[in-house]
Amino acid sequence: MTEQYRADVLVSCLHDRAPELLPALEKEVKDRGLGDEVRVVEAGCRGFCFTGPVILVEPDGIFYVGVQPADVPELVEETLVKGRVVERLTYREPASRKRIPFYKDIPFHSKQMRVVLRNCGLINPTSIDEYIAVGGYQALAKVLGTMTPEQVIEEVKKSGLRGRGGAGFPTGRKWEFTRKAPSDIKYVVANGDEGDPGAFMDRSLLEGDPHSVLEGMIVGAYAIGAHQGFIYVRDEYPLAVKNVGIAIEQAREYGLLGQDILGSGFDFDIKIVRGAGAFVCGEETALLASIEGRAGNPRPRPPFPAQSGLWGKPTNINNVKSWANIPVIISQGADWFRQIGTEASKGTMIFSLVGKVNNTGLVEVPMGITLRELIFDIGGGIQGGRKFKAVQTGGPSGGCIPAELLDLPVDYERLKEVGSIMGSGGMIVMDEHTCMVDVARYFLDFLKDESCGKCTPCREGIKQMLAILTRITEGAGEMADLQTLEELAHVVREASLCGLGQTAPNPVASTLRYFHDEYAAHIVDHKCPAGVCKALIEFSILADKCTGCMVCARRCPQQAISGEKKQAHVIDQSLCIKCGVCQDLCKFDAVVVQ
Amino acid sequence: MPKLRSLEELQKLREQLQGGIRARTATSTTITVGMGTCGISAGAREVMHAILAELDRRGINAHVTTVGCIGMCSKEPLVDIQQGDEPRVTYGNVTPAMVPRLIEEHLVRGSVVEEWVVGRVGG
Repeated sequence: MTEQYRADVLVSCLHDRAPELLPALEKEVKDRGLGDEVRVVEAGCRGFCFTGPVILVEPDGIFYVGVQPADVPELVEETLVKGRVVERLTYREPASRKRIPFYKDIPFHSKQMRVVLRNCGLINPTSIDEYIAVGGYQALAKVLGTMTPEQVIEEVKKSGLRGRGGAGFPTGRKWEFTRKAPSDIKYVVANGDEGDPGAFMDRSLLEGDPHSVLEGMIVGAYAIGAHQGFIYVRDEYPLAVKNVGIAIEQAREYGLLGQDILGSGFDFDIKIVRGAGAFVCGEETALLASIEGRAGNPRPRPPFPAQSGLWGKPTNINNVKSWANIPVIISQGADWFRQIGTEASKGTMIFSLVGKVNNTGLVEVPMGITLRELIFDIGGGIQGGRKFKAVQTGGPSGGCIPAELLDLPVDYERLKEVGSIMGSGGMIVMDEHTCMVDVARYFLDFLKDESCGKCTPCREGIKQMLAILTRITEGAGEMADLQTLEELAHVVREASLCGLGQTAPNPVASTLRYFHDEYAAHIVDHKCPAGVCKALIEFSILADKCTGCMVCARRCPQQAISGEKKQAHVIDQSLCIKCGVCQDLCKFDAVVVQ
Repeated sequence: MPKLRSLEELQKLREQLQGGIRARTATSTTITVGMGTCGISAGAREVMHAILAELDRRGINAHVTTVGCIGMCSKEPLVDIQQGDEPRVTYGNVTPAMVPRLIEEHLVRGSVVEEWVVGRVGG
């Protein structure tokens, strides 16, 4: 008989914020004599990254945010003993300042649709029993018991699932190519090499629900005819590596991996390959080279991995999120899945919402949701009530989308039309204090470092574009540079070997397209309208607002500020290094940037 | 844990495990136990344990939740049962010995144990 508890306390985001919270809770529950009726569960990420650690008390659905070990006695006494809500620990909506005690009522959650992240934060990721209890491995049972490999592929094709790594190739067709490729040995690979700064959905999935990825891979391997799989995960994700490792061990113990899975005669096993952290290894041919033990460089396609992948054998490679979609598609059916999303983009997409937005975190939404809903309803709007300027989608090589396009429904095609990409699902929100030229420069600087250097357009082209952008931010640009940038962007996009180079010009091209005036202001007027580019800005003190409090003068690292007590101060421009300390310190808004 | 050798074994395991996460899955039945000081001193905790054990024994999918004092302290322990849109039925002076009949008649057969009812709300 299983143990029966009346309440489960699900604790998320422990590893970074409060490692002492879980033991404190467990101890308090035990000390209060609740050990046999209340269970404390360490669960995966709920995406509420702006306010962790979070606790969900089930079955009541009471949700607590920012819980610290010191809050534990009150939480246990009030909620677990007496059944009352601890008001002060509940979520407060930024706009209305209203407290929302129940998880289901919080807009950040209620506007989402969790398909891939269905179990993240709900189950203990290191327990295969909890995964099975919520219906895990039922899709595998259905496939092995009632479906032929061809039927599985048909179902996935019918679902309309497209690659969640960002390129959006139809998953079912990819499987079919690999199945039809002639060879005795075939492989399946899960791409968890999440390299975008600010994107963490693959990590969250592998940490919070590793069995869903394993189950998808076993189903895929059966459909394709593979007997060995690899999960490629970055070694910077130690908890993901650990939880996937535990999951594989558990699946082997239960006979869900290994020989003769569930008595079906089908053999399949999975190995973890740890990546060393190169951005380019997210590109499939570079990733395969890395698994083989070679340098992670891409190679020209064709031949595609479906024909010639790992060690020259047909290999099906999908993103970990694509794999995690598979069990749901099989269990609920392709028709159910097709109802979600837009005409050409079915299902959901996970975005990591970061930047100048109130509710930063991981959100899973149906394809076709507008940027406005994502940023203002789920994201809770821009920090500090400032104005929205742009959002960059798809990671460092995505494009910047301006405010005019906020009502754009998000799917693969629409994002491409406006000069961006779905990519990994990174979503960086920028406000009016962001300089778009500087943003383009920043991302190209990242891409320059991450270019593997194998092909010339990417290696040299990015470097040249970066040099021009740097020149513009320093006030030494010419209008002719913009033309050169356009040309370089075109060449790098068309002539690069792999996805890294082909998408690298996006930040430049999209900002040129939507923020041309800002480039012109840098070049012609020698001004940075957002007040970011140091060579083009000047800090000054407004005499009528300055009270002569002397705070800025004392803290200026250059002693560039002078003035008597209670008299207006002035900044000596020849000494100023534009660090902005004076502006941050001034309580009277007397320091301005021009 | 031995290997699962067939689809049937996986199904059996799943059925066994489902009770373990009952608090996290949707159900139409909620049993509420009054757990104020009055309830606890009248033996509400023992009643709740009896309810949990009985639900588990019969494999019934229901949430058990605790609340504070409702003001009817003389009738503690109080146990409310709510099913779907039905009125919430309150039973008073519940003892662990009463629990099996309560669950058998109210939850399994769907007939309220009128002689123990002290109140009804909503519906």
